[in-house]
Amino acid sequence: MRSIKYAAAVAALSATALSAQAATLDDVKARGELNCVVSTGVAGFAFPDDSGKWSGFDVDFCRAVAAAVVGDGQKVKFVPTTGKTRFTVLNSGEGDILFRNTTETMSRDADLKLSFLPVNYYDGQGFMVPTALGVTSAKDLDGASVCIQTGTTTELNLADFFRINNISYEPVPVETNAEAQTNYLGGRCDVYTTDASGLASTRSTFENPDEHAILPEIISKEPLGGAVRHGDDQWFDIGKWVVNALIAAEELGITQANAAEMAKEAGDNPSVNRLLGSEGEFGSMIGLDGQWALRAIEAVGNYGEIFDRNIGPDTAIALQRGLNAQWSDGGILYAAPIR
Amino acid sequence: MSEQTVDSYTAAAPQRNVVSRIWNDKQTRSVIVQIIALILLLLFFGSMVRNAIANLEALGKGFSFSFLSTASNYDINQKLGWEYDSRSPHIKATLVGISNTLLVAVSGIILSTVLGFILGVLRLSKNWLTNKLAHVYIEYVRNVPVLLHILLVHGILVHSLPAPRESKDLAETFFLNKRGLFLPTPETPFLGYAILLFFGLVLAGLVFSYFFKRWAQRIQDETGVGYPVFWINLFAYLVLPILVTVGFLLFVGWEQPELKGFNFRGGGVIRPEFMALWLALSFYTAAFIGEIVRAGITAVSKGQTEASLALGIPRGKTLSLVVIPQALRVIVPPLTSQYLNITKNSSLAIAIGYMDITATIGGISLNQTGREMECMIIVMALYLTFSLLISMFMNWYNSRIKLVER
Repeated sequence: MRSIKYAAAVAALSATALSAQAATLDDVKARGELNCVVSTGVAGFAFPDDSGKWSGFDVDFCRAVAAAVVGDGQKVKFVPTTGKTRFTVLNSGEGDILFRNTTETMSRDADLKLSFLPVNYYDGQGFMVPTALGVTSAKDLDGASVCIQTGTTTELNLADFFRINNISYEPVPVETNAEAQTNYLGGRCDVYTTDASGLASTRSTFENPDEHAILPEIISKEPLGGAVRHGDDQWFDIGKWVVNALIAAEELGITQANAAEMAKEAGDNPSVNRLLGSEGEFGSMIGLDGQWALRAIEAVGNYGEIFDRNIGPDTAIALQRGLNAQWSDGGILYAAPIR
Repeated sequence: MSEQTVDSYTAAAPQRNVVSRIWNDKQTRSVIVQIIALILLLLFFGSMVRNAIANLEALGKGFSFSFLSTASNYDINQKLGWEYDSRSPHIKATLVGISNTLLVAVSGIILSTVLGFILGVLRLSKNWLTNKLAHVYIEYVRNVPVLLHILLVHGILVHSLPAPRESKDLAETFFLNKRGLFLPTPETPFLGYAILLFFGLVLAGLVFSYFFKRWAQRIQDETGVGYPVFWINLFAYLVLPILVTVGFLLFVGWEQPELKGFNFRGGGVIRPEFMALWLALSFYTAAFIGEIVRAGITAVSKGQTEASLALGIPRGKTLSLVVIPQALRVIVPPLTSQYLNITKNSSLAIAIGYMDITATIGGISLNQTGREMECMIIVMALYLTFSLLISMFMNWYNSRIKLVER
């Protein structure tokens, strides 16, 4: 009898323990570390160096959230995932937040039960081909073998693109960017397709990047952003406003170098004051202290600095700001005001 | 609670005896312990299921298979005759996946059995070199994970074969390159006819062999005249159908693969993904089967052969009538588990992008719809079905060949 009671107690306990997963903020604070879901390695966006230290555009957003929440941008445990595993890992609670070149779509939002943070990179799907093939347009690709990462929106766009244009192709599905690279360079496929930023990133790691061209057609809208699980609004707000804060910081001229200086005392610009915590109670609205944004900016810099350091024109990946410039500079990056 | 305890204590004296008597009875105790263990097990699984349901509900994800009828939106390269495109429903993608899994499993089982039996015999060879070569092969292959074999073969195929424009060709008919082996196929309706013709003839041949074998047995019992039953039957149900089908195909139109643009068009193609998976799985499993065959043959005691020879039965017949039937009894049960392994290991296809069930319904469909539970249940049920069917067939075969006790 006793053992049955014990078993019933264990069963009841385990059922309650796992269903209580609401307050992510408390979990992260208690753990003192943020579990951030990233890719298995895309140069410039998220990749570990020789010593295992992660860096990249997506990684910096993880660090910014960690700095805002636990006070240290280094207190991040990176959970590498493939295109296929990322949502399961996030939804199962293995990760707290996801920054993994992930396209926001309605079905992912509503059906996969994710909440998308503001877009941090406006992208679109492109095609890369060896220049030796002499292809100049994606419409010339009739009959080509196309390498494609499975479990991505690009896979679906690709099927639509070829069907609508009434041309045929052979899909060659691969799991990760690294495998795609091997297959593409090995000649298993003629074309590699993924987000244009990913293509630029992959090409930068080639021995001879000049021998490969990215075709002019962009066949889809790929608004890339972070995501959290449905149902924890406080945690969603934290992610959302950290991203907004980094974008706003660039607009307001706050940088990694001058943030501390500007935060010391309230200046003339109330927007800066609100962001850096010298005016208003914005931190406590999302369950953090007043210096949340300051710590995030000090950890990784503003949006422009993150972009330039990881994927900007001076890096090997050499992406232009394009759509991702501030709205005031001809782009569409537009942070909601912190007030 | 406490009152009851007091009650039971006051009335405990005679009952305790009963309890201790039950507990000390070995058989009753074992039953009680088993019942408790079963209850615990059920509680454990019950709590897991409850947990999963509670968590899915907490996430707001219901449990439903309705997604199977919505458009899959992705393409599959190897369709095996299915009319599938990105507008087809997920259920059709699953069917394509099932065909691909079965294709690689069945071809793997055939090739690994042939290779395995050759390896097993070579391992028993008295020739030192053949024996050692087979030994080294077996030890190397079965001690390296099969995933690495698959990746290795795929890597070799993709990196060492020429690009489509520099294809190796055989008589301008077969073309081999990085994209696969391109071969001519009969024009559309004829391939179907040929397959029907072939299987029809095989069936007819099997019926013939059944009666011929009985007739030959009767003649032998009555007159002692023996016919080469095995060879005649083999001719009837395998060689003749092949010859007739090939003859039929020689007179119909063929579609020739042609280099157009990036790739060859027309005809059929065996993709490197299939080749890599098929070859790697077969090579790997053949090493195990080789050892099983060797064990089976070694298990037949030498006295059997000697007795048979002493009775004046020729060597060939000694092998086919005395040694092999006895060896098969030892070989078939472990062979079954190798067949199951090859079927299950085919799920490693996903590593090289071969579109089996794990890659279609358990991969892309799962990911695009987010129905992890449902998709995984389908995939597991399918593998379970395949495995049970193979087990059933092999058990039937095993019961046929096992020692008939009188």
